[in-house]
Amino acid sequence: MTLEICRKYAPNKDNLIQILHEIQDTHPQHYISAAAVDIVAEYLHVPANHIYGVLTFYTMYSTTPRGRNIIRLCESPPCYIKGSDNILRRLKTVLGVGTGETTKDGAFTLELCACLGVCGNAPVMMINDDVYGDLTEEKVEEIVNKIRGAK
Amino acid sequence: MKYYRSHVLVSINETSLASGVQAFIAALRSELAKHNLSEEINILETGPLGFFGRGISLTVYPENVNYESVKIEDIPELVDEHFLKGRPVSRIMLDTTGKYSPKLNYENRIVLRNSGIIDPENIDEYIGAGGYEAWEKALTQMQPTEIIAEVKKSGLRGRGGAGFPAGVKWGFTAPIEAPQKYVVVNADEGEPGTFKDRLIMEGDPHQLLEGIMICARAVGATKAYIYIRGEYKLCISRLEKAINQAREYGILGTNIFESGFDLDIFIKIGAGAYVCGEETALIESLEGNRGNPRWKPPFPGVKGLWQAPSVVNNVETLANVPFIIAKGADEFIKHGTPECTGTKVYTILGDVAHPGLCEVDMGTTLRTIINEYAGGMKKGFRFKAALVGGAAGVILPDRLLDVKMDFVSLNQYAAVLGSGAILVMNEHQSIVDMLWSILRFFRHESCGKCAPCRNGTQHLYKLISKIRKGEGTMEDVELMQTIAETMFHTSFCALGQSPIMAIRSAIENFRDEFIEITKK
Repeated sequence: MTLEICRKYAPNKDNLIQILHEIQDTHPQHYISAAAVDIVAEYLHVPANHIYGVLTFYTMYSTTPRGRNIIRLCESPPCYIKGSDNILRRLKTVLGVGTGETTKDGAFTLELCACLGVCGNAPVMMINDDVYGDLTEEKVEEIVNKIRGAK
Repeated sequence: MKYYRSHVLVSINETSLASGVQAFIAALRSELAKHNLSEEINILETGPLGFFGRGISLTVYPENVNYESVKIEDIPELVDEHFLKGRPVSRIMLDTTGKYSPKLNYENRIVLRNSGIIDPENIDEYIGAGGYEAWEKALTQMQPTEIIAEVKKSGLRGRGGAGFPAGVKWGFTAPIEAPQKYVVVNADEGEPGTFKDRLIMEGDPHQLLEGIMICARAVGATKAYIYIRGEYKLCISRLEKAINQAREYGILGTNIFESGFDLDIFIKIGAGAYVCGEETALIESLEGNRGNPRWKPPFPGVKGLWQAPSVVNNVETLANVPFIIAKGADEFIKHGTPECTGTKVYTILGDVAHPGLCEVDMGTTLRTIINEYAGGMKKGFRFKAALVGGAAGVILPDRLLDVKMDFVSLNQYAAVLGSGAILVMNEHQSIVDMLWSILRFFRHESCGKCAPCRNGTQHLYKLISKIRKGEGTMEDVELMQTIAETMFHTSFCALGQSPIMAIRSAIENFRDEFIEITKK
């Protein structure tokens, strides 16, 4: 699987970020395993430690398994002054996890992130590829429950 | 060609997608079909409209009626009243005449002139609006030196924050003899509160491509990379479509317009690092490395991507170029001030009546922007301060509301225009709290390459946290200034040099708040 993804790209180092994105996005647990790192390293002819360095530098990557849905709540100033702290508190209660943790059923991982560029609708979060704006405590609970019900 | 009685422009952007615009369009189509109006009313999916409506926004032509926050429940009334009987539904209309209404100023726009008017996913509409004329002119009638001379004459400054003249930058790279040169587009918009580049790319992706093409011709680059942040999914898909369309039309590719000039444009996606907005960090990231900045000089214009001469420009900068080439620099300098020509796109947020974006001439005062384009303060709120330029910006109090917003004027107050984000705070919000949030951001985003920034951002966060809890002293406040000052002089790149601006402006303009909180 990993090698198939690699082969879509020319074996040049500048494709590394793209390849890692695709590996992570297609993995049900949204992460990049140590085994995958080795395969990419061999394919691109770069040391595994270089890849590990890249993985841990960028916030969108994870080296540990995560939930099926990744919640990324913005904590930058525009969202902060619109009350993203309250949203975070509610999300923690609703999900029963802390920041960076995954729910027991593997449905959600809660993360914080910097500006998502949708500040006109602060506070904002992304769940996977979808943006949710103008959040209120009630609204986030509704959103989470809706996703829970849909699976 | 089919003729419709009326056109409904629906804004498709991150905001409206978040509000379920796709379901809305489907419902609107079926309601129109129910009334046999499908052949009379055309629904057009476009980019951000001329105003920043909340939720789903529509513009109906030829009446030019704007709606905002439209819901699926409103559709029957909308179709029945507006499309059947011709009576616009005032309940959901965006008021453009009232005291608190935002000004729409289409006549003054350069960068956003097509946004919300054409279908951004259709190259023909861009061409119909005069698109790619500048590219043809630049390629077939102008020499690279003439293009650079025109851009220099226009006085166009980089819109990413630093304000360096674009023509001068191009002039460094153009004369260098090299087997390969690149144009690199900085679309890694990460400054908190800024999303102008997203709206420019969503609303009119071809205009950016045209700007890139002209720049490439001017400096002799045959490859261009757009480095865009991974979160901007809609921008990425629209740009991909636009590039493919341009290739199909022979506007991109080999021997373009039989001029012998080759050019191709590629998209590269980021992975979430604020520091990658710094040009050399961005280049490192493009090469597949950690986004650590490089030592300058050599500047990217001399040794950039893969050590080849590379011009790095912001999205908004390049989006201005087609206008300059098509209409001429003289037309461009009619906008703005003599030292800072043209317009600037701002994103206005916080407690104003109409948060959103506007494009106004350089040198427009902060007061005008807030009062006229954002509709003033939200009802019941009083202005306290505005954070201008994002986290790397300054906090301005009301006595500086009449400062002209341009690179030169703001400099006199040790302030910066930065990316053009304006975050308005009301009288109940705490400056200390705001500063805490800014410093938390910097602590998280420091790349860790150089010690002053790596350690400094940690220290600053610790100090402001202590002060925020009421456990700090005025010595701590002074210490923050000293640390940030040291970081300014010793940090490797602009990230570590930035915190001083927010800290100094907060302490100078709102000293009382710091005295108050440290007294406890």
